[in-house]
Amino acid sequence: MVNIAEYGDYETAWCPGCGNHSILSSLKKALVSLGLEPYQVLFVSGIGQAAKTPHYLNCNLFNGLHGRSLPVATGAKLCNPELTVIVESGDGCNYGEGANHFFSAIRRNLNITMIVHNNQVYALTKGQASPTSEQGFVTKNQPEGVFSPPFNPIEIAVAMNASFVARGFSGKTDHLATLIQSAVTHRGFSLVDVLQPCVSFNKVNTFGWYNQRCYILGNGYDSTDREQALRKAAEWGEQIPIGIIYQNLRPIYDERFPFLSKGPLAKSPVRFDRVSELLDHYL
Amino acid sequence: MVNRPEEIMENLSTTVVIAGEAGQGLVTLSQILTKTLVRAGYYIVVTQSYQSRIRGGHNSYALRISNREIVAPTDAIDLLIALDRNSINLHLPELSDHGIVVVDDKVYSEIHPQVIRAPMADLADDKFSNSVALGIVASLLGLEKGMITKTLREFFDKHAHNTSDHNAESLWAGYNWISNDSAKFPRLPPPTLPGGRLTLNGNEAIALGSIAAGMKFFSFYPMTPATSIGTALAEHAAKMEIVVEQAEDEISAINMAVGASFTGAPSMVATSGGGFALMTETVSLAGMTETPVVIVVAQRPGPSTGLPTRTEQGDLEFVLHSGHGEFPRAIFAPGDVEQAFHLTIKAFRIAQKYNTPVFVMTDQFLADSYRSTRPFDLRELAPLNPCADSSIAANPHLTYLVTDSGISPRIFPGMTSHCVKASSSSELVIADSDEHTENGHLTEDLSVRISMVEKRLRKLDGIKSEIIGPEFIGLSEPDTLFVTWGSSRGSVIEAADALVAKGRRFATLNFLQIWPLDPKNFVSILEAAKNVVAVEGNATGQFARLIRRETGFHIKKTILRFDGLPITPEYILDRI
Repeated sequence: MVNIAEYGDYETAWCPGCGNHSILSSLKKALVSLGLEPYQVLFVSGIGQAAKTPHYLNCNLFNGLHGRSLPVATGAKLCNPELTVIVESGDGCNYGEGANHFFSAIRRNLNITMIVHNNQVYALTKGQASPTSEQGFVTKNQPEGVFSPPFNPIEIAVAMNASFVARGFSGKTDHLATLIQSAVTHRGFSLVDVLQPCVSFNKVNTFGWYNQRCYILGNGYDSTDREQALRKAAEWGEQIPIGIIYQNLRPIYDERFPFLSKGPLAKSPVRFDRVSELLDHYL
Repeated sequence: MVNRPEEIMENLSTTVVIAGEAGQGLVTLSQILTKTLVRAGYYIVVTQSYQSRIRGGHNSYALRISNREIVAPTDAIDLLIALDRNSINLHLPELSDHGIVVVDDKVYSEIHPQVIRAPMADLADDKFSNSVALGIVASLLGLEKGMITKTLREFFDKHAHNTSDHNAESLWAGYNWISNDSAKFPRLPPPTLPGGRLTLNGNEAIALGSIAAGMKFFSFYPMTPATSIGTALAEHAAKMEIVVEQAEDEISAINMAVGASFTGAPSMVATSGGGFALMTETVSLAGMTETPVVIVVAQRPGPSTGLPTRTEQGDLEFVLHSGHGEFPRAIFAPGDVEQAFHLTIKAFRIAQKYNTPVFVMTDQFLADSYRSTRPFDLRELAPLNPCADSSIAANPHLTYLVTDSGISPRIFPGMTSHCVKASSSSELVIADSDEHTENGHLTEDLSVRISMVEKRLRKLDGIKSEIIGPEFIGLSEPDTLFVTWGSSRGSVIEAADALVAKGRRFATLNFLQIWPLDPKNFVSILEAAKNVVAVEGNATGQFARLIRRETGFHIKKTILRFDGLPITPEYILDRI
């Protein structure tokens, strides 16, 4: 049986009090609860403070470019369906630089999980507005305050009929661990948007701010009801729902390729007999 | 009227041009004729010239035919099938002195000694007039009726089953109508090639090469003139058990390929200049993470959108310098369809062996140029087996183990040596776009930085040891040596042949691999020639400049073409 020590314990480059610490701890808890060994999991991350998370875990890792984790994860999953593939990066990486990939991943519906550390600010570059920053949010680079309304990833994902849409809060680690566990178990593209404070660059959306507003969706909430989910997804302000907002069991893209059930493509032999048949096609 | 240079006349080739508006079905008609000619045993060189539109405008399909080996397109037209009036206006000046035009009598009413007006309306229903035209051409060329009918039926049975009979009848109507007058045009001489030849264009050869190499993943975003590689691969994907994925953009396409390759699946992308511009950050990522990927750049004239459907060799320096930072790469540039197949396989081998991005540079001319191709001998080929090479040289595994060759043995996530399912956490694979330690984790230790830069660059020594040197064709110690690369090869060879036939000492030096270069392979050849002329499809002589940079040898004379059309032998002969 896998235990939490196998996932390692590393010194991080994060600020004390950063939400990333508790997200990392929830993540380890979830992986252990799922019984996944480090070598069965592939993390794909981008660039940003959140994208460093898998460096502090024992696991397979491809730490690529800013915004491009989803395409790398897509290629990896399509060639080795046996891997549990988890994309781990921040709001700027996934909703800014990589937004086009976010929409396409929802539509494609591969059986992968995407965990977005959403602190509503660019932290690695020292405090510029991110796509999820609130209107009026003042930064050194936006001294007049942010003009554009924030991107609501949950609302977009539900509207696009994403297969699994959840929101967590780094202050509720056990709840977050359960959400991550459900997301990884879910068959299809799973989004877990995680609200987290940035102690250095976001003085508005602090731990206290989130803690006061976030409430866990109760048992009466039906996450398979899309109309209800759309209303819930739009809820933001004094009350912020966390939990599984929406889920469905749309067909997954992996099933489009029956030969993927045979295992990793690295191992599949090249059928030279079939290559000659292809050449005949051009006779 | 174009007076064909007599030296090319000696080749005894015939050029048929089928021209009309986009959407008139000229490609279907042309492809049936092309396939029939290859099956009959002729050499062919096809040049497709089209506009960036789906309907209207002016497109042409030029088919040069010979019973002797030909490797280049030519300018003069012997037989023009004009599907609209505009085609006559545009191409009549290009007609050779014995050339003729076949046109619907409704489209062209004038009497012209070189124009045959066919009563299409009397011969078949309007919908089938292209098949009538095909029958007329086949008859004029002396092709056997049964043979052209077979190819036509195969085509329509596949694409529009219920029209096969009508099209065949229309073909016969045209064939029979002209047969009384067939002396108006010299029949083709008897073919010389044995059967069993493939009708392939450059892009199809790249697609087949990638399959034969053992590619498992191909991703793309549609862009002319690269798209047909994806079309060919999509057609064969299920049968070959490869994943072909249309991505949301080129950035995604190449990142998917990198992700696929990270798991051990040999992967490829194909695009053109603008799409490749989007990919360049990931070219650098592949260099840094040491992930093999094959990148096909099918060139078209830039800058920017340029001439989207025309040809150029203007992206050599762009591809050579693409991606920020310093890392090894190799660039291949096939000169014909057969080379496109073999160099694609070579590109996969080099990428896979040295864990770095490798390029195949082609262009619209070669991409769309059908040739009669000798079937590839698959027995000579062994597909890549990523599992055979995967091994763990350290425990725990070190993705970036520093070695003398710079090559770090790879394993793939979830698997251990030789693709056995992993069972311990000493078999983790960690790759990073940041500078990293041997174990793959990011570092800012500057001494590690130096050792990693040197390790990556050492791989170039290995790549250099496997360079394919340039082909030298012609007379030794020539008065004039043509130097070229990629798809201009054929025209340069035919131009030199024509000059040699006139008693002049000409030779050609054709580069199939344009990076890295090994001066030992060719500087003595350059120095032995009295004159050296670089022939390139771009405006600034990029390859000549690269040779000077790498060897100090200054090629002062250039023949350059950048009007969007392929270099032809006549184009070179007019300028020598």
